[in-house]
Amino acid sequence: MAAETTRSGLVFCGGCFLLLLVLPPLLDLAGQQYLLSLACRALIYGLAASSLNLILGYGGMVSLGHAAFVGIGAYTVGILARSGPGSGLVAWPLAVVLAMLFALLTGAVSLRTRGMHFIMITLAFAQMVYFFFTSLETCGGTDGIPLSGRNLLPGLDLNDDRVFYYLCLGLLTLLLFLLHRLIHARFGRVLVGSRENEQRLQVLGLATFGHRLLAYCLAGGIAGLAGALLANLGEYVSPSMLHWTRSGEIMVMVLLGGTGTLAGPVLGAFVLLFLEDYLAMYTEHWMAILGPVLILVVLFARGGLYPLLAGHGRQR
Amino acid sequence: MLMVTDITAWHGSAQILFGVSLVVRPGEVVALMGRNGMGKSTLIRALMGLCRIRSGSVTWQGREIHRLPPYRIARLGIGLVPEGRQVFPTLTVRENLLAVAANYGQLEEPFTLEHVFALFPRLAERPGHLGRELSGGEQQMLAIARALMINPRLLLLDEAGEGLAPLVREEIWQGLDHLRRRGLAILVVDRDIDALLRISDRLLFMEKGSIVWQDEHPFPCLDSSVKLRYLGV
Repeated sequence: MAAETTRSGLVFCGGCFLLLLVLPPLLDLAGQQYLLSLACRALIYGLAASSLNLILGYGGMVSLGHAAFVGIGAYTVGILARSGPGSGLVAWPLAVVLAMLFALLTGAVSLRTRGMHFIMITLAFAQMVYFFFTSLETCGGTDGIPLSGRNLLPGLDLNDDRVFYYLCLGLLTLLLFLLHRLIHARFGRVLVGSRENEQRLQVLGLATFGHRLLAYCLAGGIAGLAGALLANLGEYVSPSMLHWTRSGEIMVMVLLGGTGTLAGPVLGAFVLLFLEDYLAMYTEHWMAILGPVLILVVLFARGGLYPLLAGHGRQR
Repeated sequence: MLMVTDITAWHGSAQILFGVSLVVRPGEVVALMGRNGMGKSTLIRALMGLCRIRSGSVTWQGREIHRLPPYRIARLGIGLVPEGRQVFPTLTVRENLLAVAANYGQLEEPFTLEHVFALFPRLAERPGHLGRELSGGEQQMLAIARALMINPRLLLLDEAGEGLAPLVREEIWQGLDHLRRRGLAILVVDRDIDALLRISDRLLFMEKGSIVWQDEHPFPCLDSSVKLRYLGV
């Protein structure tokens, strides 16, 4: 039933994983080390997009406020780091917990609405967070917070870009595996079922609101982790991480790669970020090219790039 | 067992139910009839918590339920066979049934897969077919069977035989008759008066959001003028 369990899907995902695994030495050979930080960025955005996919692709909740979770995660790291680089074992879990808490509070309100209202209310909450942080002088206002270094983890030197890359890859792989299990467990079935028809499940005795809220919190927590990683990657926390256009960008990654597929959002993140980087080398008006490309994908690969490349239809 | 007292319900700014009261006793089959737009479906939806009740009360086994969400009502032992059937299209027959199996009504002899397959042999013939591959009649059987799998003490059926071929409809009625003999209480909405007269203990007619006429088996007061007055037949 799941897209990922078909053979071609497995081959595709396995191939991509191996490629990512040997990417750092390959880039060394090609003398293109600067691409490593871009790949790392794509991994982190893949994580954020996967978390959005949990609620958007599987749960049918179109949230336009995902940047808020990423931003809360990033600001948690940034604020804690003002007294020098701290332990990632403290900052990262705290980033996840705070993002989940924000998801719990806003989700409890916004999940009572549907469709367009849900989009607007998630956007409104995210904008509140944006203006909160940009107007707070102690958080650097519109300047953001520069970090003096990356977080410390026992046994790992995160200032080594390769170590950081493999850490991101490991975290992404682990979370994708957990998401895969979650989607195929009873919880995920109820989530997918409530996307199709919530009342049908309710009259059969299933408490769909709790399932949807929990999924929303989990997505918020994963996005918070992505934010913490993103702050570490650039050693800088910027209010632009919170801006609503960032939420849109994450959503585009999900749609581009394939909603409701496990690997799609990661693929979308890679394609979007690399395309952006590549096109920017030729013209500063790269959006004029990227836009039509996106339209073509939406028109001709309706399930996204992942089903197209892995050779099967979208999971229904 | 189910006591509905003077409930009203609105659809936006339009009032649909104007003080409906009715009782369903244990093991009783109550049929609800009326022309289109008289509030039958709204009443069923209101009982299930799918539509807010503005005033009045619904008590189920001595407990007020009209402010509970639908899933809580289902867990107290009320099963709904929704209008339009709404089976899970991408699950097989067996999956449709097993996905929701529970004993919410705490029946001593709960329904199992074997029981519902015995009730509707057509389903037993195609356990691996997807919900969307079934005919309308089979889907209706599946919807009833699915509602039985949560082991309710009261079954609500909205438009039980709508759009089905006469022979298939007959199988549905026979299934319901069997459930009645098993002691399940049923509140059924339909327009097939002859079938309903056969299986029901009581018949209610709705008009403009209220119950305007009722009679008990063997329906001594039901004559052609009543049918013409409330059903237009």
